[in-house]
Amino acid sequence: MTTLAPPAVRVDQVPTASRERGGSVLWMTMPALLMFLAFGLIPLLGALGLSFTTWDGIGDIRPTGLTSWKAALSDPGLPHALGITFQIMFLSWLVQTPLSILIGVFIAARHRYRGLLAVLYFIPLLLSSAAISITYKAMLDPNFGIGSGLGISALNQDWLGDPTLAMGVLIFVVSWQFIPFHSLIYQGAVRQIPIALYEAAQIDGAGRLRQFFLITLPQIKYTIITSSTLMVVGSLTFFDLIYVLTAGGPGDATRALALEMYQKGFMANLMGPASCIAVILVLVGVALAQLLRRLGGRGDESQMEGM
Amino acid sequence: MNQQPASTRSFPEAGVETETIMNRRDFLRLNVGVGAAATLAACGSSGPSGGSDSSGAEGAATYWALSGMPSEPIRRAAVDRFNKANPDTPITGSYFQNDAYKQKIKTAIGAGEGPSMIFNWGGGGLKSYVEAGQVDDLTGWFGENAAVKDKIIPASFGAATVDGKIYAMPVESVTPIVLFYNKKVFEQVGVQPPQTYGDILDLVPKFNAQGIAPFSMGGQSRWPNMMWLEFLLDRTAGSDVFNRVFAGEKNAWSDPAVLTMLTMVQDLVKADGFQKGFSSTTADSNADQALLYTGKAAMMVHGTWSYGIQKANGGDFVSSGGLGFMNFPPIDGGKGDPGNAVGNPGQYLSISSKAPQAQKDIAKKYFSTTLVDDEEVKGWVGAGYVPTLKDSAAQLASSPNADFLNFVHETAVNAKTFQQSWDQALSPTAAETLLDNIAKLFQLQISPQQWVDSMNGVIGK
Repeated sequence: MTTLAPPAVRVDQVPTASRERGGSVLWMTMPALLMFLAFGLIPLLGALGLSFTTWDGIGDIRPTGLTSWKAALSDPGLPHALGITFQIMFLSWLVQTPLSILIGVFIAARHRYRGLLAVLYFIPLLLSSAAISITYKAMLDPNFGIGSGLGISALNQDWLGDPTLAMGVLIFVVSWQFIPFHSLIYQGAVRQIPIALYEAAQIDGAGRLRQFFLITLPQIKYTIITSSTLMVVGSLTFFDLIYVLTAGGPGDATRALALEMYQKGFMANLMGPASCIAVILVLVGVALAQLLRRLGGRGDESQMEGM
Repeated sequence: MNQQPASTRSFPEAGVETETIMNRRDFLRLNVGVGAAATLAACGSSGPSGGSDSSGAEGAATYWALSGMPSEPIRRAAVDRFNKANPDTPITGSYFQNDAYKQKIKTAIGAGEGPSMIFNWGGGGLKSYVEAGQVDDLTGWFGENAAVKDKIIPASFGAATVDGKIYAMPVESVTPIVLFYNKKVFEQVGVQPPQTYGDILDLVPKFNAQGIAPFSMGGQSRWPNMMWLEFLLDRTAGSDVFNRVFAGEKNAWSDPAVLTMLTMVQDLVKADGFQKGFSSTTADSNADQALLYTGKAAMMVHGTWSYGIQKANGGDFVSSGGLGFMNFPPIDGGKGDPGNAVGNPGQYLSISSKAPQAQKDIAKKYFSTTLVDDEEVKGWVGAGYVPTLKDSAAQLASSPNADFLNFVHETAVNAKTFQQSWDQALSPTAAETLLDNIAKLFQLQISPQQWVDSMNGVIGK
């Protein structure tokens, strides 16, 4: 156990270095900038433009002012989808964060068996969402699934056909898929905590539990915010997983904002209102990310106080 | 979360691919000739454009259709037959998966890059093409070529007609919805196939008592649920009610027969008429059909295309005579003709209004020759389908699936009205609301009255 956090001084070195080769840094940002423009900003402006038109995807695009916005905002499906999205966001955060921290702390220690377990934990992240959804869907089928296959009737619930159960399954599958990713982030964060802190605590007589709550947790505060931001913003865009698993059903019990948008745009041919939902999705995402950044406190605050 | 960069990466690659194909295609056109180019274009991911491309009036007509067994080889064979007979005016075919096609054709037509022949399902989808001025009116052409029109089952023209004008040629196969049942399960439980809807209601508790689902249904796909509404409404009130909805009459869903029908649906759900978890079963994965042939369910309302699937997947279920089939039974006291059919009265080919005249001529020649010839009939019958062409009776009788095909043929030909599936008949906007509300109805999430109210809101949209 010899890891040490990178000294805070290093931060000062970066601007110096970039000033020296400012030209080349600009060039190096070009690919990312162009990508962002071409696939991020321009389509976003396109969606914003489309939200003030009426278009069925086939005929002509007719500018109709606020008609699409009125239609989108007066549709009871929108608040419902927003509610579902926040529900998924909150529940999946609530399940993922404690588990990810625990697993992250666990695999941060350097034992060979923990390394092996870390590799095993990591597997779900390697699978595509669609493949995961199809597999879970097949396993949870009440007639041909794992319950009837093994003859365990307790597993024979109407997992994806009952609104509450379907939401539960969704949260479970999301967590199952993304906990490895967040565990990895926490693992890195925990390994950066100076060992001296723990040594000092040990001398002072703090037990493992107190060390965890008084050292580990405060030290990974920024990581928690980073990971939460990823979770929260990421859960706004859940589409593939829900689409394959429940298609937003049963009824509209799991129809999140992204699905509502797809359904409006590509199933009902209402590109205008669908673009409005897309814009709302972006606004919600930006607002949440900002909020979480604020929660993180001042950026220049040091985590190394007292060291 | 991490899909963003992945999808971003794939775009430049796709661009490169398209470019090379174009270059190679042009190269081959110059050196080897149109035949080879056509093959290459058919393989390419970028479909050949139907618009004014460089080869001008002499360009091949383009045809986009669906890939997949067992239909794709029949479509390919038809194009090959035509090209052999007309080497100077060939057709190039491109084949896409069902869902991919639905997306691609919409974007391609919107961008003016559609094929000369547009494969579609008639009804509301075709109507949206007509309103956007994307497809040609074929009424006059069918008038001049009455011989062609006479070869096609009349019921198939309904969905090709918008405001009294024909915008598409009915092709391929007629697939009504029927009631399938598992004869072995009926024997095992000791009951008879239903003669009326009352019989069905009596059968439900009997099957449930044996742990067998009375009906199998792929509820997550939503359209299987819709078939129940179609039949129940037709059998109680006849075809008038939906015709008024289709015509865009205000509050047409408020007919009392609709409320009766919706209540019947919810009563059946409450009586456990469908398998456990029906709302999470998908029809695309054929799980609903597996329930029937494995004997976990006794009956299933489904399209006649299911026959081929059950034959292929069900082991000896079909060949050993386990599969029973009938038209949906009448409802006691109902006004609808029990012979009426619902389903898909055909697939459709329209001619793009943006295609050059030469390509339109090729398309019309294709319509009047290859698509109505004996080989076409043979192909579809051989694959277990009933063609939209009339003179198929002899071939149907000699087919190994004669019993079933004759039944389908009679159902289609004798139907007084052949109601096209509602989601195809209505506009995509109204269809989406319809399917959404039907799913909620089966989920008992909304009452029949709420269903009527929200459906009235999208009439004529």
